[in-house]
Amino acid sequence: MTYVIKNARPYGEDAVDLVLRNGAIASIGEDLTVPGAEVVDGAGLVLLPGLVDLHTHLREPGREDAETVETGSRAAALGGFTAVHAMANTDPVADTAGVVEQVWRLGQQAGLVDVVPVGAVTVGLAGSQLAELGAMADSAARVRVFSDDGHCVADPALMRRALEYVKALGGVVAQHAEEPRLTVGAQMHEGDRSARLGLTGWPAAAEEAIIARDVLLAQHVGARLHVCHVSTAGSVELLRWAKSRGVQVTAEVTPHHLLLTDACAEGYDPVFKVNPPLRTDADVEALRAGLADGTIDAVATDHAPHAVEDKECEWAMARPGMLGLEQALSVVVDTMVETGRLDWRALADRMSVRPAAIGRLAGHGRPVAVGEPANLVLVDPAHRSTVDPAALASRSRNSPYAGRELPGRVVATFLRGVPTVLDGKAVK
Amino acid sequence: MKRHLLEAADLDLADATLVLDTAAQIDAALAGREVKKLPTLRGRTVVNLFYEDSTRTRISFELAAKRLSADVINFSAKGSSVSKGESLKDTALTLEAMGSDAIVVRHGASGAPHRLAQWVRGSVVNAGDGTHEHPTQALLDAYTIRQRLGRLDGVRVVLVGDVLHSRVARSNVWLLSTLGAEVTVVAPPTLVPVGVGSWPVRVSYDLDAVLPEADVVMMLRVQAERMNASFFPSAREYSRRYGLDARRMELLHDDAIVMHPGPMNRGMEIAAEVADSVRSTIVEQVGNGVSVRMAVLYLLLGGAPE
Repeated sequence: MTYVIKNARPYGEDAVDLVLRNGAIASIGEDLTVPGAEVVDGAGLVLLPGLVDLHTHLREPGREDAETVETGSRAAALGGFTAVHAMANTDPVADTAGVVEQVWRLGQQAGLVDVVPVGAVTVGLAGSQLAELGAMADSAARVRVFSDDGHCVADPALMRRALEYVKALGGVVAQHAEEPRLTVGAQMHEGDRSARLGLTGWPAAAEEAIIARDVLLAQHVGARLHVCHVSTAGSVELLRWAKSRGVQVTAEVTPHHLLLTDACAEGYDPVFKVNPPLRTDADVEALRAGLADGTIDAVATDHAPHAVEDKECEWAMARPGMLGLEQALSVVVDTMVETGRLDWRALADRMSVRPAAIGRLAGHGRPVAVGEPANLVLVDPAHRSTVDPAALASRSRNSPYAGRELPGRVVATFLRGVPTVLDGKAVK
Repeated sequence: MKRHLLEAADLDLADATLVLDTAAQIDAALAGREVKKLPTLRGRTVVNLFYEDSTRTRISFELAAKRLSADVINFSAKGSSVSKGESLKDTALTLEAMGSDAIVVRHGASGAPHRLAQWVRGSVVNAGDGTHEHPTQALLDAYTIRQRLGRLDGVRVVLVGDVLHSRVARSNVWLLSTLGAEVTVVAPPTLVPVGVGSWPVRVSYDLDAVLPEADVVMMLRVQAERMNASFFPSAREYSRRYGLDARRMELLHDDAIVMHPGPMNRGMEIAAEVADSVRSTIVEQVGNGVSVRMAVLYLLLGGAPE
């Protein structure tokens, strides 16, 4: 099927027509018509390269009651994503070629988004022995991003080896920066609010200490390092310093850390419990500034579905994490575009181009240009709506944005020229 | 009064004073009576939902409810459906379906009473949640101070010990400052929370220096297991630097009182001769606990079904 998108504005710039044929952008121009083609009205809509998420928890295998590759893929497509990296902390852990190939195949079968498995750095995420990183890289899943996310690779010698080893694979280690000895029992950001709420504090220094250590290690061995879900102003400072020294470090920030603060913990509703925790207004400001100036390379969702019983409980007993795929773009529009900190081209850079480059994904994060793969998203920037968790495609309901009005709506998503979302609804 | 008593930080001056005045009225009404019982909550059901071991608080609430003629159910997490894996929410809904009007909850997780309050229609009384608050303890402490010293406004209170992990300390800090007292917390820096700067208190690491100015010294229980996490080097060193012994008691002015929420570690944070001295209010605190909890249940349940 050939599609013609009429009057869409690439990167929010001048309106054009586009013809999508054989998975690619066949032509771009004015008043394009193709007999027999399906026409998609793009009037008033912004056209961007399909979004790429470096950090998604799809929960399959193991917790299919919380999310499956298929339901998570549908949520991703509705959020404007054409590729998502599926984190390795499944059950069993994605620490072998067998598990990553299983996840990859499930993604292919769902066919809504390219599901790119992340491989565990260490066997069972236990932090003691390297997993077979080469086997995962060479598998059908072609793993390039390795992470023990949920756990920090805390052993500095092991981290050094991991950074070195994946150089041969064109890979990158994505570190969950959390010094575990400083966060025993930690429940929320350590500061004024944790002091009053009586919840054990998660100090900013526990994140910053690991980032400081790891950028030094990455520089020493000449390897690539990616830092997951940066959450503190101090981390942004360290990254800025490391980049100025030429360290090959990249970093991501989540939508929730761009919008929400530890004030959300006030009512003890664990839907706001997440790791790393929501921090202060000053941290939010530093993260926005870091994303705007490129110190932080990418927005990544850390989409973390949880079953109702894992959130409808006491704060300390609840599992950390929140949904993100379906609202990520809206949150970035709200915090970065409407505030004038990013234009659409820069948003595409942080949510598509750079994450694709970090994950070494061919075919994603490409410019809107003739001959390029037709991985695209059409966004209505004027639309505003209130988030209703019951209406989400994710199997879980733990959205921190429930009841919040956010701007922007994904009208259509195309994966290699085929719509996965049309009129704001998933095609399958 | 609001429907729930979740934290002392919620109480404004009017509410806090109302509780203390009501407790005083109850004390006066019962003074000298042979049958220490009021008919106020007849036909109402109070559930004591205790997820942590507690002797004095549970008995105190039980006695308070019974003296108001309420029916009391004691539900301990041990040997119950909870030990079979039932969630807090399911337990709460089950108790409510059986007709409970108020749930008095003690829980190891901070904020558990706040969660309960979202799920049930009846009143929730926080009887101690994790390291967050223990509001009725602070109310009975305030009541005891007012009884002994005749006032709360301007009273200088020194809180000594494990402020970081103490729900008693948190409740007292907010309640006493609402009532006009000047609060100083004294502890080794490891046991003072990061963020204490936002509290309405002064912080000192030197007990000897603050004692001469104190009208009230409130000693907090220090758990020996904190020692293993390097909060302090040894029980002996803690006791030397932050324990209230006979020598330190001599630093207090003549009218100053010594309080402890119990249970005490004699010889650790408080010496036997201090705990048993005339300055000590420890036994009065226990007795006042019943009156204050009666006042809380009376005010929350309002005497008659809605």
